[in-house]
Amino acid sequence: MLAFIGRRLLIAIPTIILISIFVFTLQKLLPGDPILVMAGEERDPEVIAFLREKYRLNDPVIVQYFAWIGAALQGDLGISLRTNQPVLELIAEKLPVTIQLATMALVIAMVIGIPAGVLSAYKKGTWIDWVANVVALSGLSVPNFWLGIMMILLVSVQLGWLPASGYQPFSDDPLQSIKTMLMPAFVLGTAIAATLMRHTRSAMLSVLKSDYIRTARAKGLSERIVLVKHALRNALVPIVTVTTLLFGELLAGAVLTEQIFTIPGFGKLVVDAVFNRDYAVVQGIVLCTGVAFIFMNLLADVAYRVLNPRMRDQ
Amino acid sequence: MAHTKKVALALAFGLAAAGVTGAALAQDMRIGLQEDPDVLDPDQSRTFVGRIVYASLCDKLVDITPDLEIVPQLATGWEWSDDGLSLTMTLREGVVFHDGTPFNAEAVAANIDRSQNLPESRRKSELSSITGVEVVDEYTIRFSLDAPDATLLAQLADRAGMMISPTAAEAAGTDFGLNPVCSGPFSFVERIQQDRIVLQAFPDYWNADAINIDSVTFLPIPDTTVRLANLRAGDLDMLERLAATDVASVMADEDLTIEQAVSLGYQGITINVANGAGADNPLGQDARIRQALSLSIDRNVINQVVFEGAFAPGNQPFPPTSPWYNDAYPVPERDVEAARALLAEAGFADGITITVQVANNPVQTQLMQVVQAMASEAGITIELEAKEFATLLADQSAGDYQASQVGWSGRVDPDGNIHQFMTTGGGINDSGYSNEEVDRLLNEARTSTDLEVRRASYNAARDILIEDLPIIYLYHVTWIWALDDSVQGFVPYPDGMIRLEGVSIAE
Repeated sequence: MLAFIGRRLLIAIPTIILISIFVFTLQKLLPGDPILVMAGEERDPEVIAFLREKYRLNDPVIVQYFAWIGAALQGDLGISLRTNQPVLELIAEKLPVTIQLATMALVIAMVIGIPAGVLSAYKKGTWIDWVANVVALSGLSVPNFWLGIMMILLVSVQLGWLPASGYQPFSDDPLQSIKTMLMPAFVLGTAIAATLMRHTRSAMLSVLKSDYIRTARAKGLSERIVLVKHALRNALVPIVTVTTLLFGELLAGAVLTEQIFTIPGFGKLVVDAVFNRDYAVVQGIVLCTGVAFIFMNLLADVAYRVLNPRMRDQ
Repeated sequence: MAHTKKVALALAFGLAAAGVTGAALAQDMRIGLQEDPDVLDPDQSRTFVGRIVYASLCDKLVDITPDLEIVPQLATGWEWSDDGLSLTMTLREGVVFHDGTPFNAEAVAANIDRSQNLPESRRKSELSSITGVEVVDEYTIRFSLDAPDATLLAQLADRAGMMISPTAAEAAGTDFGLNPVCSGPFSFVERIQQDRIVLQAFPDYWNADAINIDSVTFLPIPDTTVRLANLRAGDLDMLERLAATDVASVMADEDLTIEQAVSLGYQGITINVANGAGADNPLGQDARIRQALSLSIDRNVINQVVFEGAFAPGNQPFPPTSPWYNDAYPVPERDVEAARALLAEAGFADGITITVQVANNPVQTQLMQVVQAMASEAGITIELEAKEFATLLADQSAGDYQASQVGWSGRVDPDGNIHQFMTTGGGINDSGYSNEEVDRLLNEARTSTDLEVRRASYNAARDILIEDLPIIYLYHVTWIWALDDSVQGFVPYPDGMIRLEGVSIAE
């Protein structure tokens, strides 16, 4: 097992190097000059020259790359060109916000998606199935930004139930934090709920056809016990897999949701950084995300081997 | 069970605490901003939105009135020498910075030195005329100039004249913006990137009697619809830059009020007349084609169609409301026949095709589509190149464009709206325009402190520029603030700032 982990870590190194090269060069290929943006409206030539020198933009790209990666290896991802704040600090500040949003959205998606899937499988072909499918399909098709703005207008402006946008740290005021996050989490969660519902439905359908369900019914068990204890429990395996995969999708969806609801999270950070040509921030974020992804994959592979002895020899 | 009780107790406490904070926040003013400000260091910052925060955080040597007159702030009086080569200022006594450092002539000297010599400073060009600073006594400072500079006082009414604590600046260096210390009515509490900037009233402020608010929270909310929704939901007390298309609905809402002021800046089409190879085309080489383009545009229709009549049509670098506007050239009527005649005279009787780059946001795109439709009726086919703003700016600066739809946020002194754009080699002269007579007139206007001399110079320059048209001016943005009707005493200024002196929130 240790040898396996060691091998995987070795393979991870060139992958991380590749990611870092990609991020760095792709950014340089973006049209637009960060220094012109930073110099302000007046574009004082003296300031421009100084800033180019300070951020090493006069050096060849290769020299710039090694300077950046060298510092990154020592835990220094540079400072934001826009606000002078260290990039690592920015990431540490924004990540919990997005994780809270994604977690809440996932809970909402599961609460809506799984019961809806079970019900529509159980009532297959009836109007309940039909309604659940239409709702799921619209959940998938309605764009986040439209739903978001409509919800703000209805829930905040008309009804005054929830704050229209913004963010409250969970540690400061848990109740207010959940209230501000509820609407964005719902908008983000509905799209995921639809996918989850479809998967639950098909998993349930195949389970409901199996012999042991017929046996359970033949034993005279109540429908509730058959459905929850015998059918759903067996259908859960693929559902759990899909849910885990959807977490990545949630993080991506958070980018748009954070823009609409003005939530100061990871997604908003990266979008604003791209528009402001805040190179250091974009590079830092993509590098961190890449490394995290590789690490998660490694964990998953290790988990498979722990759970399934047949995979250990491979 | 004991655990549940503990949780319940903690929750109850949490709620009580939240309730108490709620009561204390009654005098918190929540202001919605269109963007997140950049670094909060007056010497390093560059955004308009940052200046809105400074208006509460950092006092300046002088301020302006809504009519653009210069009035005392940290300097109580000033005097020019007869030759215009020295400016002596008397400073306000008893002023302290937020960290307790006293404000005096030494502090002013240190501030000017930092603005001029900090490598990262964006203020160098604004203070370039100052060659010497002399501390006359504790509350008197004298600036020596290499040449008379009529724009200096206006510069000192903005970021270049903002006074920061020399102690804090010395200690923090370029990181000053992470924890700014000034002497304004409010002091810095905290900033969460892209979320909020919180300031609290400074008890030792020299003009504390004019401040009725305990704290201010600035919330950047870029989406105009969401920003307005926050105001309507009561989560904001006021917002800046209401979309022109929302004015009617806000006016119809009896819980909200609107305040407006025509801005100091302009929007127009900059044409590449001599900035590299991009100028090598009929539009860049023949002023008649530029005149034809200008004549084909109905500026009032633009204002009605794109901005619901909320902005101000224009044809000069200064808005028609400005004392510097030249009445000899009123905003022209659209004249398609005259435009066609000019095109024919230039040898393009069958029409001409030009390319204009435009920032890829909905408003500017719609603006240029209206212009495109109007110009086509005069035989000018406009091909629009939508670009993301950073790219548009880079191409424009490099001369890699024919024409570009851009604008300028405007300055208090007229020089700021014209000199750098129209003089040979000017820092932001992206059209590459060069005319000796215009150079002479604009330099003259810059060095004279006599208003009539300045006005005559600007008018004479306008006689030439209105023919050459390196920039076709289209309109002037109107700053529009929407306020909850509990907010009282807000005075709109043409510089777009939010000054909280005298502002209060009714219970």
